[in-house]
Amino acid sequence: MSKKATREALGATLVELASEGVDVVAVEADLSKSTTTNKLADAYPERFFNVGIAEANMIDVAAGLAVAGKIPFTGSFAVFGVGRAYDQIRNTVCYSGLNVKLTPTHAGITVGPDGGSHQMIEDLALTRVLPGMRVLVPADFNAAKAAIRCAAETPGPFYVRLGRATLPEVYPEGVEWELGKANVLREGTDVTIVACGVMVAEALIAADILAEQCVSAEVIDAATIKPIDAETLIASAKKTGHVVTCEEHSIIGGLGSAVAEVLGENAPVPMKRVGVNDVFGTSGDPDELMEHFGLTGIHIANAAGALLRR
Amino acid sequence: MWDRNTVEAKATRMRGDIVEMIATAGSGHPGGSLSAADIVATLYFGDVLRHDPANPSWPARDRFILSKGHAAPVLYSALAEAGYFGRDHLATLRKLGSILQGHPDSKKTPGVEVSTGSLGQGLSISCGLAAGLRGGELPENVTDDRTVFCLLGDGELQEGQVWEAAMFAAHENLGNLVAIVDHNGLQIDGACTEVMCLGTVADKFRAFDWNVTEVDGHDLDQVRDALLAAKAYSAGPSVVIAHTIKGKGVSFMEGEAGWHGKAPSPEQVAAALIELNVIEGSQA
Repeated sequence: MSKKATREALGATLVELASEGVDVVAVEADLSKSTTTNKLADAYPERFFNVGIAEANMIDVAAGLAVAGKIPFTGSFAVFGVGRAYDQIRNTVCYSGLNVKLTPTHAGITVGPDGGSHQMIEDLALTRVLPGMRVLVPADFNAAKAAIRCAAETPGPFYVRLGRATLPEVYPEGVEWELGKANVLREGTDVTIVACGVMVAEALIAADILAEQCVSAEVIDAATIKPIDAETLIASAKKTGHVVTCEEHSIIGGLGSAVAEVLGENAPVPMKRVGVNDVFGTSGDPDELMEHFGLTGIHIANAAGALLRR
Repeated sequence: MWDRNTVEAKATRMRGDIVEMIATAGSGHPGGSLSAADIVATLYFGDVLRHDPANPSWPARDRFILSKGHAAPVLYSALAEAGYFGRDHLATLRKLGSILQGHPDSKKTPGVEVSTGSLGQGLSISCGLAAGLRGGELPENVTDDRTVFCLLGDGELQEGQVWEAAMFAAHENLGNLVAIVDHNGLQIDGACTEVMCLGTVADKFRAFDWNVTEVDGHDLDQVRDALLAAKAYSAGPSVVIAHTIKGKGVSFMEGEAGWHGKAPSPEQVAAALIELNVIEGSQA
């Protein structure tokens, strides 16, 4: 199986949707080759708008296109396409409840050498706090295609978190996105590992490591961060009694926070959040950075072990 | 059909509404609502904006985006006068449960195309809307000259995003986009020239390759002629720079930055309505 990045799903899926007659358009801010929206531009030039290096304008042009009945997907990198244009996302897209799909790429520390200025690790916190916003974090290329398709087919604002790093395949080709549903990828009885995005493959590695230590780990891909699948999370927490969350994001405000909010009110159990520990990113190769920030399978397994010994 | 006296009467009534609504609400922005009253009255009642109050989502309608969303009262009064909703709503401005929020909310108010209020965004939204309408299909056999009108404040031009949008509109040759600048020269902290000088607004838009017209924003004939010419111009985006007086029509508010965002007292309302020759309580 070939390793692909989730960002590669953007252009590919938009071209598919356009060929099926879905009224998708892309609004890009000079990063079409990186985000792969150039695929749509090449195939359907009339469906592509490049605003230049102007992210605020990108979001609001998309908003206007949505008001005109189009289904706009926005580009740029997550740090700019969410962070720099946050007021446009809040006050125009979400406050008006517009059918805009935020699909910037290069989220997380796996951006790599560009460094901390370009590594968006606050995007889940920023987007999931907005009323009406749906937040999807696909774990591989196939899931990313499904997430983009789900966003196109479901009215209202969406944020789909896409990354630059190539990822191992977790889901089969043609998988469908069940909005608001977490996927139990492996059943276990001792500890629950809840992951999203890049971290799903690492969580599965952690479960293998734990199995060697005779610890049975349940692995859940949270997938939809908002609306979060409380039912699945509560059931698993009640079963295992221990929960580790892991995300390629700040440990503040993202998946760990979302899970803690659900479990704290419904099924309080000992918890540990694995993520970027309230610091900015730094330059390095993606694999080095995953190790540097303690996000690989062994770190997750160690966190689970410590939690069980607590 | 255009009838100057009708538009003038509507503008005067809207001015009375603005003063009374804001006084009843206890807060709001009278200065920039009053300066825009003649422009908005001309759009809605001067046979410029193609619209149908009985069918706010009529596909063939022109679109109006109030980028200077704090001037919501002038829009609400026009929409009520046009029949989008009952005039009885005007007295509920800014109250809990009202369809008339402090700034325009498209989810709550019939006739409001998109929510605004965070300055600098309306022109970008209008660009996307104009681009999206272009080449669209209309169910009726009408010529597709659907135009997006976007009203901006002059202080708002200090937002950098306005110029991102200005570049985009020219680059995309948005001939169905008409911006209007309510150039009253004042913003909350004082004169625009002192807070952050705008220079010559017309020159700036010309430098961005826009079709530029300047008018006296309180001369209804000039305003209407300029808006219709801008609507007819199809080679690219147009802007009508309307030179206006903040607080126009209420002498003690005219030219006073202090009336940007302040509610008048009952005595001041009475004085304003006498001056406007509008009967008090007419908003209900």
